[in-house]
Amino acid sequence: MSDKFMPHTEEDIRAMLDKIGVASIDELYGDVPEEVIYREEYDIPSAMSEIELRRHFNELGAKNKSLTIFAGGGAYDHYAPSTVAHLLARSEFYTAYTPYQPEISQGTLQYIFEYQSMISELTGMEATNASMYDGATAAAEAMFMMVASAKKKNRVLISDTVSERVIRVVKTYAKFHGVSLTVVPEKDGVTDLDTIYKELEAGDVAGVIVPTPNKYGIVEDFTGLADNVHSAKGSLAVFADPSALAVLRTPAEWGADVACGDGQSLGMPLAFGGPYLGFISCSKSMLRKMPGRVVGATTDADGKRAYVLTLQAREQHIRREKATSNICSNQSLMALYATIYLSLLGKEGLKEVNALSCDGAHYLYNRLIESGKFTPAFNKPFLKEFVVKTDLDMAKVNARLLENGIMGGLLLGNGLVEFAVTEKRTKEEIDTLVNLMVEG
Amino acid sequence: MSKILDDLRYADSHEWVKLEGDIATVGITDYAQHALGNIVYVDMPEVGDEVTQGEDFGAVESVKAASDLLSPVSGEVVEINEALEDEPELVNQDAFANWIMKVKVSDPSELENLLDAAAYAKVCEE
Amino acid sequence: MKTYDKLIFELSRPGRKGYSLPADNFGVNGIGEIPADLLRKNEAELPEVSELEVVRHFTNLSSKNFGVDTGFYPLGSCTMKYNPKINEEVAALPAFNNIHPLQDATTAQGALELYYNLQKMLSNIAGLAEFTLNPYAGAHGELTGLMVMRQYHMSRGDNKRTKVIVPNSAHGTNPASAMVAGLEVVEVKSKPNGSIDVEDLRPLLDETIAGIMMTNPNTLGMFETEILEIAKLVHEAGGLLYYDGANLNPLLGKVRPGDMGFDIMHINLHKTFSTPHGGGGPGSGPVGVAKHLVEFLPNPRVKKGEDGKFFVDFGEESLGSVSTFFGNFGVMMKAYAYILTLGKENIRNVGPLATLNANYIKESLKDDYLLPIEGVCKHEFVFDGLKDKSTGVTTLNVAKRLLDYGFHAPTIYFPLLFHESMMIEPTETESKETLDDFIEVMHKVAKEARETPEEVINAPLTTIVRKLDETGAAKNPILSYRALKEAEK
Repeated sequence: MSDKFMPHTEEDIRAMLDKIGVASIDELYGDVPEEVIYREEYDIPSAMSEIELRRHFNELGAKNKSLTIFAGGGAYDHYAPSTVAHLLARSEFYTAYTPYQPEISQGTLQYIFEYQSMISELTGMEATNASMYDGATAAAEAMFMMVASAKKKNRVLISDTVSERVIRVVKTYAKFHGVSLTVVPEKDGVTDLDTIYKELEAGDVAGVIVPTPNKYGIVEDFTGLADNVHSAKGSLAVFADPSALAVLRTPAEWGADVACGDGQSLGMPLAFGGPYLGFISCSKSMLRKMPGRVVGATTDADGKRAYVLTLQAREQHIRREKATSNICSNQSLMALYATIYLSLLGKEGLKEVNALSCDGAHYLYNRLIESGKFTPAFNKPFLKEFVVKTDLDMAKVNARLLENGIMGGLLLGNGLVEFAVTEKRTKEEIDTLVNLMVEG
Repeated sequence: MSKILDDLRYADSHEWVKLEGDIATVGITDYAQHALGNIVYVDMPEVGDEVTQGEDFGAVESVKAASDLLSPVSGEVVEINEALEDEPELVNQDAFANWIMKVKVSDPSELENLLDAAAYAKVCEE
Repeated sequence: MKTYDKLIFELSRPGRKGYSLPADNFGVNGIGEIPADLLRKNEAELPEVSELEVVRHFTNLSSKNFGVDTGFYPLGSCTMKYNPKINEEVAALPAFNNIHPLQDATTAQGALELYYNLQKMLSNIAGLAEFTLNPYAGAHGELTGLMVMRQYHMSRGDNKRTKVIVPNSAHGTNPASAMVAGLEVVEVKSKPNGSIDVEDLRPLLDETIAGIMMTNPNTLGMFETEILEIAKLVHEAGGLLYYDGANLNPLLGKVRPGDMGFDIMHINLHKTFSTPHGGGGPGSGPVGVAKHLVEFLPNPRVKKGEDGKFFVDFGEESLGSVSTFFGNFGVMMKAYAYILTLGKENIRNVGPLATLNANYIKESLKDDYLLPIEGVCKHEFVFDGLKDKSTGVTTLNVAKRLLDYGFHAPTIYFPLLFHESMMIEPTETESKETLDDFIEVMHKVAKEARETPEEVINAPLTTIVRKLDETGAAKNPILSYRALKEAEK
């Protein structure tokens, strides 16, 4: 029965069966009803050697096309230093389990502590958990936090300028958990604050979720929002792009109680949608409502600095159905990814990434407007992603771009096209993109 | 052996209550604090909250356990022990002196549903 | 040797850098176009360190970790099997990693084909009709599966079914997932061997029951021999059966959950299908369903057209979405590589050898450790602490002592059915020699407990940090470098 993942020789098996006192391995399944034993052949291929497996993956890979990407929509083609992947490949990190035994898990615990510290720096909030699955589920958990915090109130408002892919998930969670979710319509590409203020008057709103930047790439102005939400005894959550928070006004500076979002923008591979990284930060007053793992600093018996999972009494393995959430794991390895990335880029590098992306985006925007084929959609400030309007047949244009190895903008309908530019895009690439679009 | 005070009433979920006029002072018993170990957090209700006999009004957490607090009386919370916010370990030091909430009771006869010291001692022995 | 104890922030010096970026030749000032009010005022105090410092820092951190590659990891219910290296290699291929999730399907056919193939393979292995790979983890799979359960009942206008039955021996996640899914938990009692008490179950099955969540083998590693009767009863009452795939490993090659009558299940790819646990994630928790529930699976779904091309269906029906895109694709690639490496031949041996390993340890140690349930187990089993209860040595002490001897500890104090639970799961990838080493050390610890108990009680003695002040950590949470600096002042 031996293969490279199962080291059992015939002698081993014999000796082990003798110790157990049974004649065969089948006897170990003697308590299983005969009619459920599966005797057919599995409908999967025969075992592949490494040579065959590599060949198979290369064949599959050849059916994908690596493109020069000008789209975002929640997944951004940012650059990652070579060092990140090298360190991430250390198997002491990736073959470990959740750090339940702190004495032999200080590596994991310390990087999570550093991760929490860095995300807290970016969001400006006091506490950050060990990470969530993705941005959308983090937003759903932020909704639950605000409802739990408000005790008897059960309604949450979410701005329609939050990404549709996030709203879709939040809606699903709300529907099943029984939260009344109201999507607040947008106005000229930004959150309609007046509608929010009107909704707050009903007195039943536990919390409000708004984005920065929003789904059109616009940097919204939330002046006065936090005060209004707080005087209506609600909480404010800001769904943020953590990379952009190196330069943009932070959730804390907007007066938010919770910050959440997706960490994919911190140099993570696009990887066809995952694994990415959800994050949640909050103010001290919301700490006990926060879901998931949290690492705290402490000392050991000799007074040495050390780290440990803490505030566990909120969690599912202790509180069962009374837990703040059912989440058990985090995206630990992706949190490590973010930590290494942020260590390398550091204080100045992340600002530079934003400056380059923002300049590239503005350069593309200016060229599109100058071409006469595109007009501004909203005339609002933006960072690395923006929307323009056009009469061009964009489906055709995008097909032409694909033939040239380019992923063009996302089509939002009504002639609206959304482009994203990261620090990876060169002036030449942008020129090529524009020429291919406007000249045909 | 945990301490049990004679002049209090008890719930079998290990809360004690002392009624003075229509104000009931509520805490957890010495037995409960002992079973939980080092208490690190007391989740208390807010003043003005309505509590109901037998339903939870908060929780007590130790490092690896959490226990819901079930209210032994019904009524409106009029005061909470704010000292526990910063020093939850006070409950470990003296569970009877360090009450958790005071409730203006809506139905004093509810106390008849509770145990006296002798009956509660038996619960603890089991 | 002095142990490394710096935080990355403590290496920071203004002006140092660990990155290189191209010069900005766009000739515009984009951020200058954003009103100052919308920009951050307080700088984010991220570290400023050189590349080598970053490399040494994280290499040093990695040396403070114990992984499956370091040593035996008998953590019950977690299936810490070997994580094959070829999986890591193929999952890192740029041909997959550079694919944008919103890229046109014609340019992502390889990724979609892999995704589709894995859906089919899991369906076959589970004995169910279809799988979604969207859920990100086991708990997320549970939640998604329960949403399917509710959506099914709601689609029939059967809105009374708002309760789900969960055994009191279940993983804590089960009731927590039910709560998030808006279901009320009804506990069914377990018999002493952890099996569901059918007589206790019967009266619970009324028209308010949406279904039951079970794992089989149960959390004591015992097969639920009355599963067919349970399935019949639940189905007759109009409920659905949910299978918690946390314990799927011993069934691989032997039993398919669908054949036992389960309607919905999740699989932990990071347990049964060898993808690494990553220090707590990313995992992947695909959800499979029987034929009559396929329409309720979450969007988006990957399908194959009549032209043989693969496409993404963002469809309208279904319960909604539970993920931004398609789930943890990177994890799926590894599980797919594992299944292909095993092939239809070797996959048959996974469950049986995992079961063999577990029974071997159990029989070898039951003279020193209290085995509450006699009889054949599956992939794992539970001891109720040391057999000799006079030593004062607890399960926690034994667990910590194992760390001194270079083993990871078992899962402790779960399940809750015993006071001193110690749950051991060896997995099929461990050799007899490794198991023998573990058995020898366990005997040694039992002997120490009798002869020099203080050594066990004070363990661990040799790890880089000793027993931690967990009470202090929970009482005054210090969750960031900023807070730590304040506290150490």
